[in-house]
Amino acid sequence: MALEDTQEKAVRHAFGNVLSLFVLLLIGVFAFSIRLFSVIKYESVIHEFDPYFNYRVTQYLTKNGVYDFWNWFDDRTWYPLGRVIGGTVYPGLTLTAGTIWWILNFFNIPLSVETVCVFTAPIFSAFASWAAYLLTKEVKGVGAGLTAAALLAMVPSYISRSVAGSYDNEAVAIFALIFTFYLYVKTLNTGSLFYATLNALAYFYMVCSWGGYTFIINLIPMHVLLCIITGRYSSRLYIAYAPLVVLGTLLAALVPVVGFNAVMTSEHFASFLVFIIIHVVALAYYIKGILTPKMFKVAVTLVVSVGMIVCVAVLAILIAVVASSPTKGWSGRSLSLLDPTYASKYIPIIASVSEHQPPTWPSYFMDINVLAFLVPAGIIACFFPLSDASSFAVLYIVTSVYFSGVMVRLMLVLAPAACIMSGIALSEAFDVFGRSIKLQFPIGNQTDDVNAGNSSQVSTNNSVKQESEKTENTLKERPVKKSKKKEKEKEKEKEKSESTSITKQIEKKLLILPFEASLVAIVLLVLLGSFYVVHSVWAAAEAYSAPSIVLTSRSHDGLHVFDDFREAYAWLRHNTDVDDKVASWWDYGYQTTAMANRTVIVDNNTWNNTHIATVGTAMSSPEKAAWDIFNSLDVKYVLVVFGGLVGYPSDDINKFLWMVRIGGGVFPHIKEPDYLRDGQYRIDSQATPTMLNCLMYKLSYYRFVETDGRGFDRVRHTEIGKKYFKLTHFEEVFTTHHWMVRIYKLKPAKNRIRGQTKKSKSKTSTGKNNQKRGTRATKKNPYP
Amino acid sequence: MVLTFSQGFLISILSLAVLASGFSEDSPTDRRVLVLLDDFAIKSSHSLFFKSLETRGFDLDFKLADDPKLALQRYGTYLYDAAILFSPTTERFGGSIDAASILNFVDSGHDLILAADASSSELIREIAVECGVDFDEDPAGLVVDHTSYAVSEEDGDHTLIASDDFIKSDVILGSKKIEAPVLFKGIGHTVNTANSLVVKVLSASSAAYSADPNAVLSNSPTLIGSSISLVSVVQARNNARILISGSLSMFSNRFLRSSIQKAGSTTKYEKSGNEQFLTELSRWVFHERGHLKALNVKHHKVGEVEEPSMYRIKDDVEYSVEVYEWSGTSWEPYVADDLQLQFYMMSPYVLKTMSTDQKGLYHTSIKVPDVYGVFQFKVEYQKLGYSTISLSKQIPVRPFRHNEYERFIPAAFPYYGASFAMMGGFFVFTLSYLYTK
Repeated sequence: MALEDTQEKAVRHAFGNVLSLFVLLLIGVFAFSIRLFSVIKYESVIHEFDPYFNYRVTQYLTKNGVYDFWNWFDDRTWYPLGRVIGGTVYPGLTLTAGTIWWILNFFNIPLSVETVCVFTAPIFSAFASWAAYLLTKEVKGVGAGLTAAALLAMVPSYISRSVAGSYDNEAVAIFALIFTFYLYVKTLNTGSLFYATLNALAYFYMVCSWGGYTFIINLIPMHVLLCIITGRYSSRLYIAYAPLVVLGTLLAALVPVVGFNAVMTSEHFASFLVFIIIHVVALAYYIKGILTPKMFKVAVTLVVSVGMIVCVAVLAILIAVVASSPTKGWSGRSLSLLDPTYASKYIPIIASVSEHQPPTWPSYFMDINVLAFLVPAGIIACFFPLSDASSFAVLYIVTSVYFSGVMVRLMLVLAPAACIMSGIALSEAFDVFGRSIKLQFPIGNQTDDVNAGNSSQVSTNNSVKQESEKTENTLKERPVKKSKKKEKEKEKEKEKSESTSITKQIEKKLLILPFEASLVAIVLLVLLGSFYVVHSVWAAAEAYSAPSIVLTSRSHDGLHVFDDFREAYAWLRHNTDVDDKVASWWDYGYQTTAMANRTVIVDNNTWNNTHIATVGTAMSSPEKAAWDIFNSLDVKYVLVVFGGLVGYPSDDINKFLWMVRIGGGVFPHIKEPDYLRDGQYRIDSQATPTMLNCLMYKLSYYRFVETDGRGFDRVRHTEIGKKYFKLTHFEEVFTTHHWMVRIYKLKPAKNRIRGQTKKSKSKTSTGKNNQKRGTRATKKNPYP
Repeated sequence: MVLTFSQGFLISILSLAVLASGFSEDSPTDRRVLVLLDDFAIKSSHSLFFKSLETRGFDLDFKLADDPKLALQRYGTYLYDAAILFSPTTERFGGSIDAASILNFVDSGHDLILAADASSSELIREIAVECGVDFDEDPAGLVVDHTSYAVSEEDGDHTLIASDDFIKSDVILGSKKIEAPVLFKGIGHTVNTANSLVVKVLSASSAAYSADPNAVLSNSPTLIGSSISLVSVVQARNNARILISGSLSMFSNRFLRSSIQKAGSTTKYEKSGNEQFLTELSRWVFHERGHLKALNVKHHKVGEVEEPSMYRIKDDVEYSVEVYEWSGTSWEPYVADDLQLQFYMMSPYVLKTMSTDQKGLYHTSIKVPDVYGVFQFKVEYQKLGYSTISLSKQIPVRPFRHNEYERFIPAAFPYYGASFAMMGGFFVFTLSYLYTK
C-alpha cells in the first residue's frame, strides 16, 4: 500500500514537473511573441532614441572587438569634447547582443547586427518570466511561480520597454534584476555558498546592464536589516549577504562606468553599513553560543556598546565625507528618487525628461492593470506564513511602489514585484477555492494522504494550468475548457488515496469555503484574468508598439505614415560632408549619429550640462547671437523638429521652455519670463518679442505661412504670431515631406562688412520685398 | 605666360591664351582688367596710370560705363580678373552690370579700384558703402584743409590737398619711402573703426574738414580731422582687394606730373608722390604683393612620418606648414617670426610661435595637453596688408587605453604587499585550522 502510494506520488510529481516545464516553455514563447507586434505592424527596426545609440555601440563592438569597444573614444558626438564610450556606458546589453550575434555567426547563421538587436529584448523577456517563476517558486511554491511567470510575460509596463526593437538597457536589466533576487532568495533558503557566488555573478551582470542596480544593493541590505531586527538572523542570512557585498562590490568596481563609485558614492553605503551590522550580530550570536546566559548579558552590553561606537564612528566619517561633496555624494537621479521635488528644483535637465516625472493614477492602471488590485492580497498571503523569502517579496513590492511613485520610469521595477505578488495571490486563491470544491465534491470527499503542502502544490498546479492555458487562448470557448479541467481534477481526486492525518484535516477545514461561493469566485477570478490578458494584448499591439521614428495616424481617408525622421537623416547622410557638425536639441543626438553618421554637439547621454545649455542658449537667442555660438562650435547644420503642420505634439517648440530653462541655468542672460506672456507660453500674436525673435521660433516657422496662407499651428491650435520674416544668418536647405524635420545651414561670414550709411534707396528696395512677399504668399503649399 | 602690352591689345578677351593666363592659385596676379569710364577723355587724361599698369602686363579693356554691351561674366565665368571704376558720375551702368553684380564680382574673389569724385553718383556711393566706406553725404562737400594744402597759383579754396599721412605698411605701399606728399582733390570718407577689413591708407590732416568750399559754413561739418580718410583699401574675407579713393583726379596725368609744395613747408618737390603712391598701391590691390599661400600642412608624432588619425593625450607632436608669398612673378618663401600655431578645442590649449628655416617652412613641436576631445591644429594669420591664412585641421585626442597606464606604481607597493600578506595569512590560517586539534 505504502509502496504504491509513493509510486503514485512519484508519477504524479513527474507528471506535474513535465507539465510545468511545458507551461514554462509556452510562457516563454508567449512572452516573446506578444512583443512582435511592432515588427509586424511596422518593420524590424530599432526604436526611439537610446536604442539607436546602443545599436551603434553594438555595431562598433561586432566590428572592432571587445578591447576596442572598451577603449572607444567617440569623436562624433559631444563635439568638440568627445565621449569615452567604453568608460561611460553600461556594457551589459551591448555585450549580450554582441555575444548572441557572434554565436549565431559562429554557427553560420548570418543574421545582421540590427536583427539581433531588435530581438534581444523579446528573448530576454522570456528569460525574465522564467526568472520570475524561479523567484516566486522560492517564495511560495511552483503554482505561484507559474502564475507569476505568466503574468510577467504580458505585463504592459514591461512590454513598453521590451517590444522588439526597443533595444535598451532595461530589456536585459529586468531579467538580471529578477534573477539576482531569485539567487538571493535561493541562497537564503538553502544557505549554499554555491548560490551565493552565483548571486554575486548575477549582480555583476546587473551592474553591467543598468544603473538601476543600486536598487538591488539597497533593497537586499534593507531585507537583511529587517531579518536581523525581527530576530531572523541565521547563518543562511549571513551566507546570502556577506559574499554578495564582498564579491559584488569587487565585481561592480570592474565595470568601467561604475569603477570607484562602487565604494565612493552614498548609494552603496547602506550595504557596507549593514555588512558591519551583520558581523556584529554574527559575533553576538557566536558569543551567545559559547557563554553562559549570565556572562552573555555582560557581553551583550559590551558588544553592543562597542558596536554602537564603531557604527557611530563610521557613520560620522560617512557623513563627513558625504557632506564635503556638493551634491552630498548622491547623483542627481538618485536624489530625485528620495526627494521627488529635487530634480525639478535644481536640475532642469533631469526634470525635462518626461519619463522622470511622477506617474499619474491612470498610468498605474494602464501599466499594471488588475495587478494593482491583486497586490494587496498577495502581500497578505505572504504573511501566512511569513518566511525570509516572503518577507523579501513584501519588502520588494513596498519599496518599488514608492519608487514608481517618484519616477514613471521606475514603474518598470514595480511591474515584476506586482506580478509576483499577484501570482501569489491568484495561486493562493485558486488553491483555497479549488480545495473547497474538491473537498465538498460529493464523490471525492476524502482527505489527502499526502501532506498539506504537497496537495496544495498539486492543486495550485492545476489552477495554474488553467490560468496559463487560459492566457494562451484568451478569447476561446472558456466553459468547455473549464469543464474539461474540472473533469481532470475530479479524476485526480478520485485517484487520491484515503489515509489521512487528522490534524492536517482540521487545519484545512478552516480554509474551506462553501462550494457555490468557490465556484463563483473561480469564475470571477478567471474573468479578471481574462480582462488582464485582453488589456495586455491591446497594450502590446496598440499602445507600446510604435517605434516613434516612424509615426502613423489614422484619419477619415485612411492610414498616414510619417517617415520624416528617416528622410531627414538620410538627407544628411547623403548631402553633407562626413565631418560636418549638426546641432539639434539633445533628443535627436543619438539618432543623428547612428542614422546620419554625422557629428553632433549634444546627445541623449546628458553628461555635460554646460554643453547642453550652450545649445539651449543658442536656440533661445536671436539669430545673430545664435550664429556666433554655433559658429564657435564649428556647426554647419541646425536641425529642428517641427510638428505644427501635421500636429505632432512632441516637437521642439513644445520642448522649447526646457531649452530656455537649461540654457538660463548656465547663462543667466536667458530668462524664462522673457519668453512668457503673463506666465503663459504662447507663440501667437500675443507672444513676447523675445519669443518671436528667438532662433527656435524662426527656424520652426520660417516660410510656414506659405503652407496654408495664415500660418495655423495644429499643435498649439493657434495662428503664429510672426508670419513673414527672413533669415539673415541661416538658410533653409531641407524640409521633410510633412515639415516634421527642418534642416538649416549656417551662412558663411559676410565677405565684406557694410558701412554705416543707411540705404538711401529704401523706397525701391521695400517695393521689391513687397513684391517678393506677395508672390510667396500666393504660392500654394507644395505638400498639402 | 606673360602677355606683352601689344599682344594684350590685339588678342581678343575671350582668346584661350588670355583665359589660360588668368587669375589662379598658382599665379594670383590679375591679368584682365575692365576699366569703366565716364567718357573716353579720361583714357588720355589718366594715361600715365593706365600705362604703368599695362607695362606691368595687365590687359586693360576700356569701356564706357553706359555701354549697353557691358558684361562681367559670360556663361557663368567671369571675363575679367579685376575692375577699375573711373566713372564717378555714372548713375547706371550699361549692359548687365549693376551695383549687386559688381559686389558679386568682388565676393567671388576679384579686385576693384573705385574712384569717386565731387558729384559722385548714388551708384558709386552705394558700392563704396557696401564695401565699408562711407563717403560724405553732402553731395557738394569736398575735403578742405587750410593748413596742409598744396601751394599753387590759382587755387584759393584749399581743396587741393597735399597729404603725406600714409599708412605705415611696407606691404601695402612698398618698402621705398614715399618722399613727396600726394596731391588730392575730392571728397572724403570715413571708415568704421570696428570694421577690421578696411584700412585707411591716406588720411587727411587733423585740420581738414569736409564741406562745400563755395558755401558759407553754417553748421560744423560732420567729417572733421584725421578721421577723414582720403584713400582706403579693403581686403575682403575672401582676400579680394578693393581700393577706394575719394578723388579721380589724383590718378590723372596732371596730378602725377605736377610739382608740389605743401603749405607751410619750404621744400618743393619736382614731382608729386602720386605716381609712386598709386603704382605701389595698385601693385598691392592686384595681388603683386602681400599674397600668401600655405601648403603642405603636416603633423605627426615625434619620430614618425605618417599622419595618424588620432592622437593620445601627452603625445609629442610635430607640425609643419610651408608659407609662400607671391612676388608678382613667382612664389617666394615668406619669412616672418610671428606665425603661430594653436592647438585648439573651443579655446587654444597650446599657442606657440613657429620657427622658420627661412625657406618657407614653418615648424614646431608641441605636447598634446592632458585633455581629450576633438582638437584642431589652427593657424590664423591676419597681418596688415597680407592676405589671411586660416588653416584648421581636425584631429581627435583620445585618453589612455586601458593597458597604457603604468602597471606597477611604486607608491602602491605597500598595498600589493598587504594583499599578498593577507593571502598568505589566510592560507596558513586555513592549514592550522584544519589540521591542528
